[in-house]
Amino acid sequence: MGFIIKKDQWINLAIVAATLWFIWFAQTHLDEYTVRILNNIAIFIILAVSYNLINGVTGQFSLEPNGFVAIGAYVAALLLLDADAKEYQYDIESPYPWVLALQANFVWALFFAGTFSALLALALSFPVFRVRGDYLAIVTLGFGFIIRILAINNPEITNGSLGLNDIPEFSNLYWTGGVALLAVIAILNIVDSKFGRAMKAIRDDEDAAIAMGVNTFKIKTMAFCTSAFLEGVGGGLLAALLTSISPDLFTFFLTFQLLIIIVLGGLGSTTGAIIGTVLVMGGSEWMRFLDEPMNIFGIVETPAMPGMRMVVFSIILIFVMLFAREGIMGKRELKDLFKKKRGES
Amino acid sequence: MILKVDKVTKNFGGVTAIKETSFSVAPKEIYGLIGPNGAGKTTMFNIITGNYEASEGEVFFRNETLHGLKPHQIVRRGVARTFQNIRLFKSMSVLDNVLIGFDFQARYSFAESILRLPRFFGEEKRIRAKAMEILKYLGIEKFAEHKATDLSYGQQRKVEIARALATNPELLLLDEPAAGMNPAETKELADLIYKAREDFDLTVLLIEHDMKFVNQLCDRVLVLDYGKSIFEGKPSDAIKDPEVVAAYLGDFIHD
Repeated sequence: MGFIIKKDQWINLAIVAATLWFIWFAQTHLDEYTVRILNNIAIFIILAVSYNLINGVTGQFSLEPNGFVAIGAYVAALLLLDADAKEYQYDIESPYPWVLALQANFVWALFFAGTFSALLALALSFPVFRVRGDYLAIVTLGFGFIIRILAINNPEITNGSLGLNDIPEFSNLYWTGGVALLAVIAILNIVDSKFGRAMKAIRDDEDAAIAMGVNTFKIKTMAFCTSAFLEGVGGGLLAALLTSISPDLFTFFLTFQLLIIIVLGGLGSTTGAIIGTVLVMGGSEWMRFLDEPMNIFGIVETPAMPGMRMVVFSIILIFVMLFAREGIMGKRELKDLFKKKRGES
Repeated sequence: MILKVDKVTKNFGGVTAIKETSFSVAPKEIYGLIGPNGAGKTTMFNIITGNYEASEGEVFFRNETLHGLKPHQIVRRGVARTFQNIRLFKSMSVLDNVLIGFDFQARYSFAESILRLPRFFGEEKRIRAKAMEILKYLGIEKFAEHKATDLSYGQQRKVEIARALATNPELLLLDEPAAGMNPAETKELADLIYKAREDFDLTVLLIEHDMKFVNQLCDRVLVLDYGKSIFEGKPSDAIKDPEVVAAYLGDFIHD
């Protein structure tokens, strides 16, 4: 038994080392376009695994990511832009003095982006988790809209619909990949602990979980706040990657995209969330040719059809729902696949 | 008295499910709650476990009122339950199902689990060993890594009892534990409850329709009919009581 645990640890270490090597290799050797896609994938891995924690592992249907990503992005952007840069670009209204005073380095900016999101999630938890049912989905859906409207209508803070520009480009693969790696490790550790067990118990049967002494309110709040924290951090990384953000970036479409990712990967599986991200984000780049004019076997010429790849995506998703209802991984993780192989041989 | 139900009434809108029912259970007693369908037995369970709030009256556990406590707090005080229809965590292994019951007794924090600090490993090891002990006690340790729902009905019942024992209860509420079991399984279950009472210092309150099972096992029974208690005493006397017979079979017997 001791030997097996050791072997598992070696496998984990090897995966971490390989990931770190890949991050270094990609950042130093691959072209800018590929690195950009990998950055996106890394950020979406953070968002997907954290969204999966509340939605898949805890089984609380929630539609929150766009709201918390927006908050994280704005908090980080306001902390990273210096006073001069803010003064220069606030065209609609002049910024509040305290907005000008906000300033922090990148690490603290990400930390505050996450913390602010988590605190808002905590405030939302009290009304939402006191009752059972699909209230979380309704409240978080509304929350996303409210955040966007607040961002548009408070130009003294957010520069309104013009958004924030010239954000210092701190994000590179070391940051996005590094945070993604830490986020995945943290989530896996949470899921494989008494907290994760309680989350899964709530998903499987909430009444039985209570009968086991699980404080369901506390566990749901923990899952929700952890998700919000990582989504906030992801938003901060996104702001420092894109260098300009506006309210239109954080529509419900972002949440929808993440929902596709975690359902495709398998609700409840962190490994699945990662695979889903790579397939959807990588795939949507690869399938760009679908939006362009096409010449099918030299017979039919089709005009450019922007949005065609989303149609194809939706069709793929329908097929996943029909033939692999549990997604690619189901609720299994990578280590479960190893376990099965070991058992069979 | 370990459990004292004091003049409890429960109304659902205009319907009175339980009316001014009182009873007490002594430590290490096996106490049966019987009566026809709809008599309010499961409602009584739900009041004791805190899932329902009594409209009137109070429940005392070890001389302390349970009024105002949340269900999970009542579990942590030492009142565990099983469900009428087995409700295991279906995506989890048998061992994980039992570990859930131990989780509030594991002393490590959220941060310690993320950072995998030594206390996390120590506590996990401790509760895993305890969980395996309970599985061994019930003779289902070889299924520890199996998915709980892959087990047979009788074994799933045992997992449910193992899970309840994991919360370290003093009072165990069993809601129709023998339902759906064949006579051999029922006999085995009765022996198990009898033995567990001694080995875990348990007080047992159980709902059951199988009168043979009740007769064999219970020290005392309370018979409920339309929410009212109509008999309390030895199970062998209960079946001779005219009011109990009337409740089960109807009044025509006396006409």
